[in-house]
Amino acid sequence: MATQLKRTELIFREDMDYPALLHKVMKMGKDKFINEMMESGLRGRGGAGFPSGMKWKIVKEDPSPVKYIVCNADEGEPGTFKDKEILDKAVDKVIWGMVLAAYVTGAKEGYIYIRAEYKYLNTKLRIAIDRMEQNLKPLGVQFKLDLRYGAGAYICGEETALLQSMEGHRGEPTNKPPFPVNCGYLGKPTVVNNVETFVNAMIIADIGAQEYQKLGTKASQGSKLFSVSGDCSKEGVFELEMGMSVQQFVDEFGDGDTKAVQVGGASGFCVPRKEFKNTIIGFEGVPTGGSMKVFNSSRSMYNILENYLIFFEEESCGQCTPCRVGTQQLLHGIRAVKRKEKPKTYLDELLRLAYTMKFASKCGLGRSVGNAFRSIIENFREEIVY
Amino acid sequence: MTSSNNEEFIGQLADKYGRNRESLLPILQKVVEQYYFLSEESMVNIAKELNISTADVYGTASFYSFLGTTHQGKHVIRVCQTIICDMKRKEDIIDAIYDMLGIRPGETTSDGRFSLYYTNCLGACHKGPAMLINDEPYMELTPEKVKDIIVNYMKNS
Repeated sequence: MATQLKRTELIFREDMDYPALLHKVMKMGKDKFINEMMESGLRGRGGAGFPSGMKWKIVKEDPSPVKYIVCNADEGEPGTFKDKEILDKAVDKVIWGMVLAAYVTGAKEGYIYIRAEYKYLNTKLRIAIDRMEQNLKPLGVQFKLDLRYGAGAYICGEETALLQSMEGHRGEPTNKPPFPVNCGYLGKPTVVNNVETFVNAMIIADIGAQEYQKLGTKASQGSKLFSVSGDCSKEGVFELEMGMSVQQFVDEFGDGDTKAVQVGGASGFCVPRKEFKNTIIGFEGVPTGGSMKVFNSSRSMYNILENYLIFFEEESCGQCTPCRVGTQQLLHGIRAVKRKEKPKTYLDELLRLAYTMKFASKCGLGRSVGNAFRSIIENFREEIVY
Repeated sequence: MTSSNNEEFIGQLADKYGRNRESLLPILQKVVEQYYFLSEESMVNIAKELNISTADVYGTASFYSFLGTTHQGKHVIRVCQTIICDMKRKEDIIDAIYDMLGIRPGETTSDGRFSLYYTNCLGACHKGPAMLINDEPYMELTPEKVKDIIVNYMKNS
């Protein structure tokens, strides 16, 4: 059946023997495992989709004696809650994924940077870290892991901002290059991976690249956790293979009256009903860190866009002008059009501003505001104006 | 809290977390845990311990929405305002809190015990509307549920 969604159950599977898997990789050899990672096609699960094996390889090959592993658990994208679910239900897999990264790249220290909103998981995480240390000792691998908390700033999910925050500064992104793999925490080579990426590394260690490749599509390999919310028949975290169409997704999760699906959170794309059939969820179509928000026809797209812009206006770090002023002006602009203080053609000027922000902003925040803005304006123009 | 107490407490934190720049955030977070917000006195003492300027401490702290630099209550309530919680009627939650405590987002009760803010996505969209009181998340809220929760905080502190 073509419309059947392909479900998988790898991420929350509980029968993994973590020390044994690390031992398996130790016997296999570091280079061979990195090749395995590259062959698997695993791309970062935080949203940007950089090939994870490549990231590990660059850090491994750096001669620096000090290197770091950082787990990015600053999950702040609106509509995303899958990392919280992983940390709550499969935290050992994340931690051992970090151990694996440390062993392979030669890092001795690591940090989990977790958002302040998830502080209630603190005890669980501390216990899991102790458990890992106990089980790691007999293997003779040295790895010290600690927690760092964010303090309510969405931008700290951007890796350079995260590192700034860890170093005790305002969470303002820095220019790339240099990339964290060369010059990361305290100037040392650093692997920064999303929570789910570390889990996927463990899955690859377990089943191997060949099996892993059978999941998903050529551009989007493996399975992925989706955070589903909104006007749905069911909400929650679901593990699915990538490469399905939005239509397939809506058939499974919609409430029968779905008007639009926002794929990838506030910084992602809004897919209208007429595009459901020919839009693929994955790196070949609309990419997503896992956020899937479903809206039915009772929802005003104006309210949704305004809500996103309020979010971006607050969360822009304010460092670069295109993003700081751009987010403010987009918000003022759609309000002015709604109040008839500006003609509806003003939306075209705002689209040009969003386009400028895409190229002139310093980091991914300012560059992606235009995604939701453009896709909502272009598909639901009349709802914004009237 | 006397001034020597504040100085001593921050000194102990610096002993524990270190006096490097990367110790700044953990120290700020502990001070907020203890005093509920960062007073000028706290920031001056942190700056002294870490050998950086007070302006730098303030500049860093004021970047983060969870590090208050003006007086706030012992119990900080943050109601999620992002789209899914908005669709799930977060305004009813705000109204229920107003009925109980008489404060709107951005305000602190006159007895100084509760502060209310809007916050951005708490990562509980599937169980919205959601709010955080201090570190504790509360989900699938209804006005009745909110009242029970707040009553508990009023009783126990």
